[in-house]
Amino acid sequence: MQYLLAVHTVEGDPMPSTEDMQTQFARVDVVNAELQFAGAWVFGGGLRPPDSATVVRVEGGRTTVTDGPFAETKEQLGGFWVIRCDDLDQALVWAEKCAEACLQPVEVRPFDDEPQA
Amino acid sequence: MDMASVYQAEYGRCVATLVRLLGDIGLAEEAVQDAFAVALEKWALPNGDGLPPNPGAWIVTTARNRAIDRLRRESTREARQAQALLLHQPDEPTEVGPVRDDQLRLIFTCCHPALSPLAQTALTLRLLGGLEVPEIARAYLVPEATIAQRIVRAKKKIRDAAIPYRVPDAAELPDRLPPVLTVLYLIFNEGYTSTSGTLVRTDLCLEAVRLGRALAALMPDEPEVLGLLALLLLTEARRPARVGPSGELVTLAEQDRSRWDRDLIREGHELVRRCLRRDRPGPYQLQAAINAVHTDGPATDWDQVLALYDQLLLHAPTPVVALNRAVAVAEVHGPAPALAAIADLDLPGYHLLPATRADLLTRLGRIAEALAAYDEAIALATNQTERTFLHHRRAGLEPGPAT
Repeated sequence: MQYLLAVHTVEGDPMPSTEDMQTQFARVDVVNAELQFAGAWVFGGGLRPPDSATVVRVEGGRTTVTDGPFAETKEQLGGFWVIRCDDLDQALVWAEKCAEACLQPVEVRPFDDEPQA
Repeated sequence: MDMASVYQAEYGRCVATLVRLLGDIGLAEEAVQDAFAVALEKWALPNGDGLPPNPGAWIVTTARNRAIDRLRRESTREARQAQALLLHQPDEPTEVGPVRDDQLRLIFTCCHPALSPLAQTALTLRLLGGLEVPEIARAYLVPEATIAQRIVRAKKKIRDAAIPYRVPDAAELPDRLPPVLTVLYLIFNEGYTSTSGTLVRTDLCLEAVRLGRALAALMPDEPEVLGLLALLLLTEARRPARVGPSGELVTLAEQDRSRWDRDLIREGHELVRRCLRRDRPGPYQLQAAINAVHTDGPATDWDQVLALYDQLLLHAPTPVVALNRAVAVAEVHGPAPALAAIADLDLPGYHLLPATRADLLTRLGRIAEALAAYDEAIALATNQTERTFLHHRRAGLEPGPAT
């Protein structure tokens, strides 16, 4: 099974200090190393803020490009991991480590189907 | 044994085993239902075979064969997966009965924290208790469509998100066992004081006790599992005396103790003693101990009850526990300190808080305040029998007609 571990940030939440940010990055690096060591790592990374997003739409053969983000909500995707493991319980253990590392709630969602390797 | 009791005893166990064999809850349910339909023809007809020596094993084997037939006819992805799973199993003896551990696995799957509390309860009653959707909907005052939808959604999530079908290991148990105990406790409670209608729904009480016994048999070394079972048994034992001849509520103090079920009390007391020997107290064990005191001897030893509530409040510092403790405070130290103990409790919408306050105010002779508190309690109570009881108490406070 593959799972998306999505980190959501809330617009307007105070930014952590540079120092806090550094320790956060360090903690995330540790989790990434653990994921790789366990063979659970597929991909992951942090995203630039939502105001850097661009939305592309193709409708009736016409392509329009607009300033993003797509979802007009305060909660936006801040970063994510894609992991591989046997079941939800294992995914939840990883999600707990990720949430502890980045100090944000982590949403766990299964991928629709195992991509063909 | 008739067909209905075979169904009650074997349904959940057979579904649990078929879930392991097929790897899918929906397929397992269908297979077991098919098997029971066949059984109805074979066993029940006047010229039928009669009940086999091991009905559970017969159902499992038949369900397994039915599932294989059904899967051969279908070509969905689930069907292919399930078929593959069946084919990879080593040849099993022709008649395998339900496996006890399967039931335990299924309880933990149904009560997985990734499912909503209502879904956990509905799924447990449906899969392990064999209750039909309308029965569950009636018990929880929720439209049938809602229950059906919750069950469908929960089963889909179990499959899509790969919620595992296994017993959590020792390290995970502290997190995973409490929701299971909560679900069984809630099922019993809903039966003991239904949200509406008649006071007691015996079927839910008995189902909770049955599941509690199964859990205790499967996890005999978990003190809180034994504590929960003891609590259910000691509460269930008093049920016959709790409702009067015209369906009215009879309080503990006024109950005819000769109508209590002595066998259940003996069994409950033995479990409480086992818990005491283990000396790893927890909220369910302490509540069981309190109920053991209530059911010990001709009258309740309130000093002991209060001491146990003090301990319970340390383990579970909730307003409901504080309220129940106040009842014991009133018996030991009188109504005034009890009233002071509940003065600051915050339990919005909970009718037993104003009902307890009304009773304490009555004992203190503060009748006008007691009447107001009864009115508040009556407005909040949803169970008709409890409302009648409160009305009756309230009426007793008003000056009677001149004679």
